[in-house]
Amino acid sequence: MTEKTFMAGFGGQGIISLGQLWVYSAMKEGLKVTFFPFYGAEKRGGIARASVIVSDSEIKSPLVTSADSVVVMNQDSVEIAEKVCKEGGTIFVNSSLVKTDPARPDAKIVHVPCNDIALKLGDVRIANMVMMGALGKVTGALKLDKLESILKGFFPASKHSLISLNIAAVEEGKKAVS
Amino acid sequence: MAEEIRLMKGNEAIGEAAVRAGCRAYFGYPITPQNELTAYMAKHMLAKGRIFIQAESEVAAINMVYGASSTGARAMTSSSSPGVSLKQEGISYLCGADLPAVIVNVARSGPGLGGISPSQGDYFQATRGGGHGDYYTIVLAPKGVQDAADLTYEAFSISEKWRVPVLVLADGLIGQMMEGVVLPEPIDPATLPRWQWAVGHSVEMGRPYNHVSSINLVPDELEAANRKRFARYGQIKKELLRYEEIEVEDADVVFVAYGTSARVSHGALEMARAKGMKVGLFRPVTLWPFPYARLLELAEKGKRFLCVEMSMGQMVEDVRLAVNGKAPVYFYGRCGGNIPSQEEVFAEVARLMGK
Repeated sequence: MTEKTFMAGFGGQGIISLGQLWVYSAMKEGLKVTFFPFYGAEKRGGIARASVIVSDSEIKSPLVTSADSVVVMNQDSVEIAEKVCKEGGTIFVNSSLVKTDPARPDAKIVHVPCNDIALKLGDVRIANMVMMGALGKVTGALKLDKLESILKGFFPASKHSLISLNIAAVEEGKKAVS
Repeated sequence: MAEEIRLMKGNEAIGEAAVRAGCRAYFGYPITPQNELTAYMAKHMLAKGRIFIQAESEVAAINMVYGASSTGARAMTSSSSPGVSLKQEGISYLCGADLPAVIVNVARSGPGLGGISPSQGDYFQATRGGGHGDYYTIVLAPKGVQDAADLTYEAFSISEKWRVPVLVLADGLIGQMMEGVVLPEPIDPATLPRWQWAVGHSVEMGRPYNHVSSINLVPDELEAANRKRFARYGQIKKELLRYEEIEVEDADVVFVAYGTSARVSHGALEMARAKGMKVGLFRPVTLWPFPYARLLELAEKGKRFLCVEMSMGQMVEDVRLAVNGKAPVYFYGRCGGNIPSQEEVFAEVARLMGK
């Protein structure tokens, strides 16, 4: 099993955190991983993208140039998804913010209203975690059942109160695509 | 107990490996894309009571390495391409004084100030000495985060064994990407040997005081010193050569690639093999010494070579020297900070093979 994912959004949407938590989870689930971020020099805004690969065998090229799955968190990233998704791949669209689907009739498009679900849970900043739940569920690449210990290491102690909210977001993301 | 796998950026893994190798002194100056390495050393060297100095420039940093190394301490500096160019004078002096040191280049695109994206355009500089005078440095080229940690860790002992600086030549992708890594055993610097050639401790060690210098104004003496060093280079070429071969045995076309390009070429190899094309990969791990003899052997077996680099073609010259006209050598490269995709490398090999 190898799942090559390309993630794209605008800076501040948590693309880099999403990619990192995805590969942390994969490592906990016994897989090999690579995570390569690209972002501009801006503190917020601008683009944020990540090449993310999880696999049960040695990972060759760390660059995702023909993605099994693509995560599109904002409208501006639709064009990237159209280019990078492999023939018959899956594109995960944050349908709260993306109003036009990628023009890829061969691809499977999965709509996840990440911002709406996150707002319902009480914090729009966990939209990325909603997407992670959906990504795990549809691709079947990861179970995402070891998040509590991962988040304990990921967040500083002062933010540990947010762990249950993050896990709830992942679970809601899974439900949204069930 | 199972070894702990940690998720780390290449830059951080290089830093931690150096700390674990017993690096006593690190001197750096910030430059993208290796900043996390300097930042890591700032935090962890000081926490362990070792020496960290953010120097006023790259030139200062390499000369601080010279000073620290003269005392026999494991010393290191790191930078990225334009910064490594600035260090060349100091590297030449280190070589002239037969001092060990570890220098890490997390290379970016050039020439000039260039860009901050990954590149392999520093191959010539790395493998031909880089500064003035007759010398070489040992060059190790990691292909990922684990390899970057392992080779950096080992670089210190290799450098001490041969009294030749070791350059770890990575690139911005290896520095910036995160992968799982199992870190090597920590070495306590206090347990490391004191060297006969170092300055200091002459009374305790019962030897005359040493004067570490690269100057010698007597031509015959300087020639003798250079010949002695080159005799050592001859031994290094015999003992240190390292390379990795993947599915080379039955291959018609063999990719020759190092570092990030080797990873990309491995991906292209898989695509080719899935279509029944006999493609292999030869990855030099030591760029100096370069595995000329093995490539010649493969050329004599009738293989053709496709050299893949993130440059306009530098290592390809060594591949041509190696095969000495006995096999065709082709080149595919991207530069300016672009990394070739495995699809484009596959397309190139398919074109060569008429598929």
